[in-house]
Amino acid sequence: MSIKLEHVNYIYSPGTAYEKQALTDICLEFPDGQFAGIIGHTGSGKSTLIQHLNGLVRATSGTVYYNGEDIYREDYPMKDLRSRVGLVFQYPEYQLFEVDVFSDVCFGPKNLGLPKEEVEKRAYHALQQVGLKEKYFKKSPFELSGGQKRRAAIAGILAMQPEVLILDEPTAGLDPKGRDDILDQIQLLHREQGITVVLVSHSMEDIARYVERIVVMDKGRVRFNDRPEKVFEHYRELEQIGLAAPQVTYVMQALRERGMDVDIHAATVEGAAASIRSYFGNFEKRREG
Amino acid sequence: MSIIQAKKLIHDYQKIGEDGKTEVSSRAVDGVDLDIAPGQFIAILGHNGSGKSTLAKHINAILLPTHGTVYVDGMDTKDAEKLEDIRRTAGMVFQNPDNQIIGTVVDEDVAFGPENMGVPTPEILSRVESSLKSVGMWEYRDHSPNRLSGGQKQRVAIAGVVAMEPKCIVLDEPTAMLDPMGRKEVIRAAQKLNREKQVTILLITHYMEEVIEADHVIVMDQGKILMQGTPREVFSRVEELKEHRLDVPQVTMLAYELKKSGLPLPDGILTVQELVDALDAARAQRGSAE
Repeated sequence: MSIKLEHVNYIYSPGTAYEKQALTDICLEFPDGQFAGIIGHTGSGKSTLIQHLNGLVRATSGTVYYNGEDIYREDYPMKDLRSRVGLVFQYPEYQLFEVDVFSDVCFGPKNLGLPKEEVEKRAYHALQQVGLKEKYFKKSPFELSGGQKRRAAIAGILAMQPEVLILDEPTAGLDPKGRDDILDQIQLLHREQGITVVLVSHSMEDIARYVERIVVMDKGRVRFNDRPEKVFEHYRELEQIGLAAPQVTYVMQALRERGMDVDIHAATVEGAAASIRSYFGNFEKRREG
Repeated sequence: MSIIQAKKLIHDYQKIGEDGKTEVSSRAVDGVDLDIAPGQFIAILGHNGSGKSTLAKHINAILLPTHGTVYVDGMDTKDAEKLEDIRRTAGMVFQNPDNQIIGTVVDEDVAFGPENMGVPTPEILSRVESSLKSVGMWEYRDHSPNRLSGGQKQRVAIAGVVAMEPKCIVLDEPTAMLDPMGRKEVIRAAQKLNREKQVTILLITHYMEEVIEADHVIVMDQGKILMQGTPREVFSRVEELKEHRLDVPQVTMLAYELKKSGLPLPDGILTVQELVDALDAARAQRGSAE
């Protein structure tokens, strides 16, 4: 169940004054069951890239494979792909339109042509997955808080039961509680149901906490593609392209420069605390011995 | 004299209930007292629904108190005759840059405010120039706002407020929709206005890195002020902040965790440099403790 991009190029408005190469020679693979992150400065091509993953945008050249099949093949079931690779856009709550939350979530599976019973079963399940309580099901989406609206919108995608879930900045504009709720929920889906997740985010702290792999985009190209700790080693280069490593990375690097033997790959508070504790523990032991 | 003062401010929102008839009221701000001296940089933190924005909207009389009083530069916001003066004194910048720009060219947009105030044309021109320069957008004066980045649009929105020469600017989550670069641009612009023109700034935000440089931090919860003080004072109270599921800067959290496990660190560490220095000192202390 993997998505693979081979030498993908994308040019906006080719042949006009606004012609712009948004993606250049992208070769990437998102393997089954991985929780991957995509980071990059605004305009780096992140959003254009993810729209290739479910065939919403067609590459100017190059190929995209889903489970080994070329999605640009003439008879490829594109509609099918879109329900298997669910894409949650930025500010998805702007797309809520039904009279109540439950009907809105039903919209996707209904369009898949499923029987009413199945549609409702899925909608119910999806709303549970995002942790939205039953008392909100019959409310107008406009009566919900920002975080709740966003969860309702994500449920609309989950109700299609996708194999891959792509989220474009799902926490933008939310408060810390709303942010943690949504990301924890997504992590749970990933762990319990093995759903493949691609998370686009500006927050290095969030990325470091949740993902197994980071793709760094810069000017339409893949700049880094590795495990988080490996990517954050390049924190100086990240800064040059308008990004940064998590704050703790800077702490660990600075401690190392002052001669303390701590793990410079720690990118979360828990990891850093453990490493510093063990350094001071060993230091005591050496002193005593 | 204080520039903004709130006395036992209460605000209730009225809503039509489930049956479509009776009015239900919900209390958004619940007895807030504020006293802000001119020239300060104030950060306001709190969850969505904690009453931050409702409070902010009282400062330029978009909302009026249900009970209590708000004074802006000595003027009672309930005094309808002072409305224009109040709005000139306290300008406001909102979250979404796309909702705040009306001009088709950047300099026209910035001129809109002073034009409406009846400022003479030569004066408008000089105000547009100086306010665009103060946010670093002068080179974009003849651009269309449509083609600017989010951070640039927000800076144009700030310039539009600055052109009205307010004594105070309230920024309600101005960076929530921006990327890290855009966020920095906007915060720098606000800091510069504060330092160079002594404009009082009230910044509502969820981002910790924008809070640590403020003079004073106010934390709101359920319509009340939960805590306030310098950033160091507020972020020394990690337990309480966590209890309310509010963020603390990552380094503050790390220092807190280390201190809990017995390392001798001071409370309220706010920057990478402070933590690294404190750990260095802790090492030296242990090394020589024999």
